[in-house]
Amino acid sequence: MNIALSEFAPLSTEIFVLTMACIILIIDVFVSDERRIISYVLSLATLLAAALISWNMLDNETAVVLNGTFVSDPMAALLKTSIFLITFGVFMYSRAYLVTRGIFRGEYYVLGLFAVLGMMVLVSAHNLLTIYLGLELLSLSLYALVAFNRDSAQASEAAMKYFVLGALASGMLLYGISMLYGATGSLDIAEITAALSASDEMGMIHIFALCFIVVGLAFKFGAVPFHMWVPDVYHGAPTPVTLFIGSAPKIAAFAMALRLLEQTLGGLAADWQDMLTILAVLSLAIGNVIAIAQTNIKRMLAYSTISHVGFLILGLIAANAEGYSAAMFYAITYALTATGGFGMIILLSRSGFEADQLDDFKGLNERSPWFALMMLILMFSMAGVPPTVGFYAKLSVLQAIIHVDMVWLAVVAVFFSIIGAFYYIRVVKLMYFDEPETEEPLHVSTDLQIVMSLNSLAVLGLGVFPGALLAVCAAVLVA
Amino acid sequence: MENVYLAIPLAPLFGAIVAGLFGKQIGRAGAHTVTILGVAVSFVLSLVVLKQFAVDGADPYNASVYTWMVSDGVRFEIGFLIDNLTALMITVVSFVSLMVHIYTIGYMHDDPGYQRFFSYIALFTFSMLMLVMSNNFLQLFFGWEAVGLVSYLLIGFWYKRPTAIYANLKAFLVNRVGDFGFLLGIGAIYMAFNSMDYATVFAAAPAMESASFEIFSGVEWSLLTVICIFLFIGAMGKSAQVPLHVWLPDSMEGPTPISALIHAATMVTAGIFMVARMSPLFELSETALSFVLVIGAITALFMGLLGVVQNDIKRVIAYSTLSQLGYMTVALGASAYAAGIFHLMTHAFFKALLFLAAGSVIIAMHHDQDIRNMGGLRKYMPITWFTSLIGSLALIGTPFFSGFYSKDTIIEAVHHSHLAGAGIAYWAVLIGVFITALYSFRMYFLVFHGKPRMDEHTREHLRETPWVVTVPLILLAIPSVLSGYLIDPVVFGDWFNGVLHVAPGHDVLGVIGEHYHGPLSFVLHALAGPAVYLAGAGVATAWYIYMKNPAIADNIAQRFRGLYTLLVNKYYADDFNEAVFAGGARNVGRLLWRVGDALIIDGLIVNGSARVVGWVASVVRQVQSGYLYHYAFSMIIGLLLLLFWFVFIAQRVGA
Repeated sequence: MNIALSEFAPLSTEIFVLTMACIILIIDVFVSDERRIISYVLSLATLLAAALISWNMLDNETAVVLNGTFVSDPMAALLKTSIFLITFGVFMYSRAYLVTRGIFRGEYYVLGLFAVLGMMVLVSAHNLLTIYLGLELLSLSLYALVAFNRDSAQASEAAMKYFVLGALASGMLLYGISMLYGATGSLDIAEITAALSASDEMGMIHIFALCFIVVGLAFKFGAVPFHMWVPDVYHGAPTPVTLFIGSAPKIAAFAMALRLLEQTLGGLAADWQDMLTILAVLSLAIGNVIAIAQTNIKRMLAYSTISHVGFLILGLIAANAEGYSAAMFYAITYALTATGGFGMIILLSRSGFEADQLDDFKGLNERSPWFALMMLILMFSMAGVPPTVGFYAKLSVLQAIIHVDMVWLAVVAVFFSIIGAFYYIRVVKLMYFDEPETEEPLHVSTDLQIVMSLNSLAVLGLGVFPGALLAVCAAVLVA
Repeated sequence: MENVYLAIPLAPLFGAIVAGLFGKQIGRAGAHTVTILGVAVSFVLSLVVLKQFAVDGADPYNASVYTWMVSDGVRFEIGFLIDNLTALMITVVSFVSLMVHIYTIGYMHDDPGYQRFFSYIALFTFSMLMLVMSNNFLQLFFGWEAVGLVSYLLIGFWYKRPTAIYANLKAFLVNRVGDFGFLLGIGAIYMAFNSMDYATVFAAAPAMESASFEIFSGVEWSLLTVICIFLFIGAMGKSAQVPLHVWLPDSMEGPTPISALIHAATMVTAGIFMVARMSPLFELSETALSFVLVIGAITALFMGLLGVVQNDIKRVIAYSTLSQLGYMTVALGASAYAAGIFHLMTHAFFKALLFLAAGSVIIAMHHDQDIRNMGGLRKYMPITWFTSLIGSLALIGTPFFSGFYSKDTIIEAVHHSHLAGAGIAYWAVLIGVFITALYSFRMYFLVFHGKPRMDEHTREHLRETPWVVTVPLILLAIPSVLSGYLIDPVVFGDWFNGVLHVAPGHDVLGVIGEHYHGPLSFVLHALAGPAVYLAGAGVATAWYIYMKNPAIADNIAQRFRGLYTLLVNKYYADDFNEAVFAGGARNVGRLLWRVGDALIIDGLIVNGSARVVGWVASVVRQVQSGYLYHYAFSMIIGLLLLLFWFVFIAQRVGA
């Protein structure tokens, strides 16, 4: 098993992030609490540099290296860039929160970077074991992050639930992979595809494998009925961790779905299309309806995530380039919007006050018109109101499934989006038409103000000029 | 050049956003500085554009700068069509707007909503510029609605006054009627031409001349006539033509700078501009042109008459505006588009001047607007007096003033028109000249001459207003006199060649142009006609009745009691609308509300479905029990169901 040195070139981003994560880990041991900011700044610099490296790889040829376990293609470059940028925002949002609660420790950033590494491996996997490796690296980092605030019983409970259910889901995924290995004799994505297309009939083992793999995927996405962990973990975890779980990993999950379903099991498309249809309809229905009954905004956004996942899956159901690029656009823009939504909770919170109740948004316009406007943009984007980016995300997904003659599915999606619009617009109503419950002025640190404004304006800006990102999403799939 | 075109509307928008969102932070001076700078940038750039077209003879620019979306091959875009018409309009709009901005510093000096006001008027400037610079119907409609929105906000600017709320609601509702027609017109264009782009539509229009379609089965309608009349209904709302004129006099509840900017000089002329822009369509339908002509003539004459009996200084000018808009509409109907636009321009200057002068009087009178309480202000406010005199002379069409050239051209044009209704229209605009002179100088004499009739306290404090008020007056007085001399290129020259389209059979201005030999001979020619003498007679009558022998006014009012009551009640148009439309709508609404809304929709559909959703939500959330083993169990169940379904039910295996 000789590997030429040049084969490592496509891994340069991964190697860089890993090295930096280790360096930060070591440095963090030696810096005192007052100078913890060093770890923070180094993490941000790492992400920024990594984003630059992967953005430059966007035009590179597709390369499969390390004995077919790792692929570097334009799609991976685009998704990694988005993951870096969104994680960058997540880290910036988190600083103020962690500092005011006395948990501004290096672990958060180091674990975050390892989770990012896991996502990168997932995005670039070309072998079922690589996928599993990336998934576990991501998940284990996230479990630890949820429990990161050790003194909080709520967080520990959430971490425990997440861990146990996650282990169950991993087990199922692994079981599905093993069956696939049994059926085809390989773990390499290209070889499995070849084997599947060579056998002219699909046996029961293929369907079994597919079911287990779809369950593993659905858990990662948080699609109904494998969504139970989502509200509890979102609610229980410290808000910066919720912010992290709710944003970038959705992009990684999309990549995982694409690698597994389209690239590996493309031959079984008719079956997984049906399975995903069930998951999508259930997610849209349950997510949107139950969100209405929530009074805690973190839980509300958790159910909102479930419904958005339903929409994202619709794009996969179309099972063609148009659908995949729509789903990719949806994943990236949703991650951006969700970052802003959870970021706003951080922005409004202060020591001893989490601002995670809907009532805490009452009269925000009187306290700060600017941030009320920013939140309005985010809520409108989640509801899919033009000219925000959420409108185009929904539009392109709906277009994709209408083009494959699944109009009824589009009708279902629109129907539940209308129900969903209620709870987003309720937030707007609370902000603009209700009296504030507290007269306490907002104290927001400058970095938080900047990242919040940039985030919301990006949501608006991408909505006004959606063409470029749409084009990139379509281009990386063709390449 | 594209950047210049973009900067023209965006500079005021920037000012509006800054003054609106950060008004508190930047303070009063900051708000007026940033908005005035924005509009000043627009004005200067407009001059640059105007110079390019006027001096350098630039080619028209037509391109889109941003594609919003493409749906079924139809492009929804933001784009600019810059030609001679646009260049003229943006210069007039930004100039008047700039003057009003400066004036506002003085007029709104003590108002608590100072920053909000500046934000609104800058936003208005942006919307109006987008409207006139548009190269497609969608953007036109957006601009159209945006100016309507700002107008609504500004009429109700003093939102604690019940009359202001009533007025802005009324303006909003009446404009909805017009906008509904406008939207139908745009919809019909979209249906017929499958495009939103001016150039595409205009190019395809001649082929559609004889096209017809059925709205009701069995009745054939000429497509272009329907389109043009729908579009014109939009113009009737925005440009306040009978019977959709009722909102404009009430709009005077807004602050005076708004009356000048929006409800006299710019927004209300949007309808006129739109019809001129659509001349390639209107030229293809004589029916539509006749409709335009007759509506304009009715407005010009009958609205002028109402001005004679009003006592509120702003309302007199408001009715005058209605009447003048009628003149412009008549010009459009007679295919004398250039004359209509020319009158639009001169009117923008002298009417803005008159309004701002009225505002100056109102400031001095401590916000008393009743002209019966004024008199003799000439001594106290010399600049306001003199500029008002210039404005009034321009308005009534005194030779050598701007209004003379534009109005006389219209009268001549109608005289030469052969369309159905042109005969009536000619007499209407001719009598209108006398009426115009009568109400203008009635107001002028009552305000500036005769004995002071205000109370002691007010008179002691009478003095000329500060320079921020008087300078705009002077700056507007200049074009009020001189802009008439642009008649050479604008009306009889080739300024509008290739921009405004006139069918050969309708070319009335061409006929007049054959006998046109410069501004001076135009005056001499006019002296041979009746218009100038009618204006003189109007002034003389006003002088006799209101200065020489005041008792005669009451006498006439007594003698013609019926007519007087009719006029004072504004032909009962408001009462009619309130009783029939508002009352009728309320009754229908109440019925629908009781049966349809309260019972079916609210009771069953909305509350019912909301209750169902709420109930489902509260039940299903019970599943989210918090117990780990419940969650794990649901995952296993999910997996089993998937397996069961796809392995046994779907029967794909082995297929």
